[in-house]
Amino acid sequence: MSERWFPNSMPNPMVDHYSLPWWQAAAEHRLQVQCCDNCGHGILPPAPICSECRSSQLTMKDVSGKGSLYTYTVVHQPVSMEQEMPFVIAIIELDTQGISNNTVRMMSNIVGASVEPADIGRAVSVAWEDMSEEVCVPRFQFD
Amino acid sequence: MNKKAHIVGAGETQYTKWGQITDTTEHALALQAITRAVEDAGLSIDEVDGLASFAEDRNEAIFLAAELGIAELRFANMVWMPGGGGGCAAIANAVMAVETGQAEVVVVYRALCQGQFMRFGQGAAELQGQSQAQSPTHTQEPPPPTFVQSNEMLMSAMGFVMPYGMLTATAAFALPIRRHMHLYGTTSEQLGQIAVTFREHANRNPRAVMKDRTMTLEQHQESRMIAEPLHLFDCCLETDGACAVVITTAERAKTLAKRPVAVIGTAQGAPKGYSFGSFTNANIDDKLYTTGGTGQLANRLWQQAGVGPKDIDVAQIYDHFTGSVLMQLEDYGFCKPGQGGPFVASGALSWDGGSLPTNTSGGSLSEAYMHGLSHVVEGARSLWGESSSQVKNANTCLVTSAAGVPSSAIVLQGQ
Repeated sequence: MSERWFPNSMPNPMVDHYSLPWWQAAAEHRLQVQCCDNCGHGILPPAPICSECRSSQLTMKDVSGKGSLYTYTVVHQPVSMEQEMPFVIAIIELDTQGISNNTVRMMSNIVGASVEPADIGRAVSVAWEDMSEEVCVPRFQFD
Repeated sequence: MNKKAHIVGAGETQYTKWGQITDTTEHALALQAITRAVEDAGLSIDEVDGLASFAEDRNEAIFLAAELGIAELRFANMVWMPGGGGGCAAIANAVMAVETGQAEVVVVYRALCQGQFMRFGQGAAELQGQSQAQSPTHTQEPPPPTFVQSNEMLMSAMGFVMPYGMLTATAAFALPIRRHMHLYGTTSEQLGQIAVTFREHANRNPRAVMKDRTMTLEQHQESRMIAEPLHLFDCCLETDGACAVVITTAERAKTLAKRPVAVIGTAQGAPKGYSFGSFTNANIDDKLYTTGGTGQLANRLWQQAGVGPKDIDVAQIYDHFTGSVLMQLEDYGFCKPGQGGPFVASGALSWDGGSLPTNTSGGSLSEAYMHGLSHVVEGARSLWGESSSQVKNANTCLVTSAAGVPSSAIVLQGQ
């Protein structure tokens, strides 16, 4: 098992027909972006059709797991989770060069370091957390 | 003659901190607010033929209509904008009903007892519950993390971000505010000035939950951190209560006692890709990320109303979070993008001599959190001359609903 940063009581992924393949790839430690075969637009979360050309010919593609910190918040208020406080929720701008023709961002966490305002823009890489055999969650660490 | 629909009455129940209204039910509060609003207008319930609400109000119009004994319900409507985004849209829909002759007297209401139901601040705890696989019995160990199937669009969208602990509005709205600070140098002290100004207004408002609690900028800065950069005092209150306003035709309004106040412009909507707003809009246009997402809506509103930001005498701006007020001031054109910080720090929002007196009741930060319908109430009051922080000669008022989610807004004008 990988390093753990969050407890099992974290909310589980709620998956639908479109996001299940994304989480199944995550279980194999592969970070993916859904891409439109027709126009090359990258989509997250995975959707039934492309929001740019409305094609339903969409393919999940692996990305490098590299990116940069777009914005973040340090959460100090426990809701009903048992994780250590505070923790960092972040928006990551993924490196999708050669994969999609647009910038694709996703929500995640920064783990293994505290985060300061000046860190916005810093390079990050995916760090997989195996919550169980089925559920692996992509967190991110500073390079 | 101006054919625009008018706001002719407003009613409120007592507002309290969440959980303090225990001797009555949420829907009884809705009934009380509705009857007070109708009475305030000088009308009778027998004349009401429409009801409208928003934010998935639990108090369904069909049941309220039966309990009120409404003679014939001709219009019942609920807005599809999440949470506080739909307050002004509910007004807009009532206006459309009245102006197209579908109904003549429509009451827009919102009742919210966070003590009797879930607290919005912890609302996602309920989502989290849905995300947990169920143990066969309470005595067994919970099962290991697993996928939970969802076919509901909201749950699918939230289910993609909840594994990262995205469970509260404060965390969601903190993200674009942090980036606004990064891009423009906006400071926590500037956000604090918004909270302090609205508190000063609440201290003058006998209905405000925070009537007797003053706030200094130092106290704002020392208040506990919730989700950086948002302190506790950057966040709206959690309260119990209900309020309502009455919309009717210009013709009918002329026969009533209050000064006629017309709804001269309405707009609702969301930019491309906005979905559930700050919770799920990581992939919206980069230029929109640090806005309230209400810039396009604002342009449509000004065009329809035939007025602009310079014509606004008093504003009631949805204040779920201080930073969201700042972004709306930019979206609606009161200052340039990125300049909201210096604008609010100049004292612009004060009822007493500010260039844009805002949230004269104290707003959701300090009066009560009624999902923004109380902003409409105060907007009308400020043109009727009934505000506890009355702006002299106020004739034109902007009212907005929650930004950072699909939103709506109206312009009111004395006739």
